[in-house]
Amino acid sequence: MLKKRIIPCLDIKNGQTVKGVNFENIRYAGDPVELAKEYVKQGADELVFLDITATIEKRKTFVELVGRISKEINIPFTVGGGITMAEDVGALLNAGADKISINSAAVKNPGLINDLAKNFGSQCIVLAVDTNIVSGQWMVFVNGGRIPTLKKTFEWVKEAEQRGAGEILLTSMAHDGTKKGFANELTKMVGQNVSLPLIASGGAGTENHFRELFEKSNADAALAASVFHFGEIKIPLLKNYLFQFNIPVRI
Amino acid sequence: MIAVIKYNSGNTKSVLNALFRIGANPIITDDAEIISRAEKIIFPGVGEAGSAMAYLKKTKLDNAIKKLHQPFLGICLGMQLLCSHSEEGDTECIGIFNEKIKKFPPGQKIPHMGWNTISNLKSPLFKNIPAHQDVYFVHSYFAELGKETIATSGHGIEFSAALQKNNFFGVQFHPEKSAAAGELILQNFLSL
Repeated sequence: MLKKRIIPCLDIKNGQTVKGVNFENIRYAGDPVELAKEYVKQGADELVFLDITATIEKRKTFVELVGRISKEINIPFTVGGGITMAEDVGALLNAGADKISINSAAVKNPGLINDLAKNFGSQCIVLAVDTNIVSGQWMVFVNGGRIPTLKKTFEWVKEAEQRGAGEILLTSMAHDGTKKGFANELTKMVGQNVSLPLIASGGAGTENHFRELFEKSNADAALAASVFHFGEIKIPLLKNYLFQFNIPVRI
Repeated sequence: MIAVIKYNSGNTKSVLNALFRIGANPIITDDAEIISRAEKIIFPGVGEAGSAMAYLKKTKLDNAIKKLHQPFLGICLGMQLLCSHSEEGDTECIGIFNEKIKKFPPGQKIPHMGWNTISNLKSPLFKNIPAHQDVYFVHSYFAELGKETIATSGHGIEFSAALQKNNFFGVQFHPEKSAAAGELILQNFLSL
């Protein structure tokens, strides 16, 4: 049986790990490669590295970091942040990334999803969606959640699937950084709109939040950052907890 | 010498890195002559079967592969290309294995992505691997069960997680991404 994945996310700025709280108040939390190795040891199923400054700063440092990560770790990892064209994706995949995530660039130019799927295969194209409720509707936001768009979230994920995305990484901005639980209802609804693997992100604070997510939605994976980085939740204990509630996990 | 075959559908970096991690010193090549002299050959692959086969035919690597006698390991698309036929692009493949490649039936999430259990292990490839082991998969097409099946897994339907015929081995999962168990499987292959 396919296991539910636990995915620590490492936000990267200038080669260091950071985690924004509600996308602001950036705190430093360590060396990415060391953290990555620690997570592999703890039993993380996959890792995500987001270059949160990539849109404005040079990307070369990040590509080099991806190369170092690929040498050191033996589980899959996704990289994202600031990808605007096929050349960016080629460089990151060649450096050893397994998957890349795109967000703002795909909203501005949805054809990018088709191009990337055709060139590199759907299996490595993750569509990241930052969403929040505007006038009672779930809407898509871009540029790290700062800019609202006219795209409706449920329509956008469906469109992305048809265009060739291979996975959805869904972040509820209202939940992100709050540690009050995942957006279970939103995740459930997105899961009903696509048949792609679905990663839920934003709001993890306790082990029970992960259990609620997997019981109340058909998410395939849960992503979190600060609760893992600061040791508030230990991955082996989290997995044992989920296992006790008959949620399939890799132990 | 351990050769990793270079072609238009490789995720060769991850495979090379994994081999370096377990102490091997692979070379990457598309030269049929060098490949024929290698002690062990690894055939990785991520991508689309039709364009990969077209490339292998054009470069005549398909025939070169058929003639090899050394231990040969196809990974993911590399395994699928060793089968007889793929529904992906209605593609005639290299035909080492008799099994056919089919698309997962509707009702399951596609691609089949993540950690899933392999069972019914019967090959030296799985020496010291527990009877039920989680490994990492990413694929939308699967090899049906057959007499060459040496490991099974399930995603709505039971399929071949690994195949073997003589010196040819194929794994649908990614040993290079399957943590310590994956590295042990690669090590087992290199020890054949």
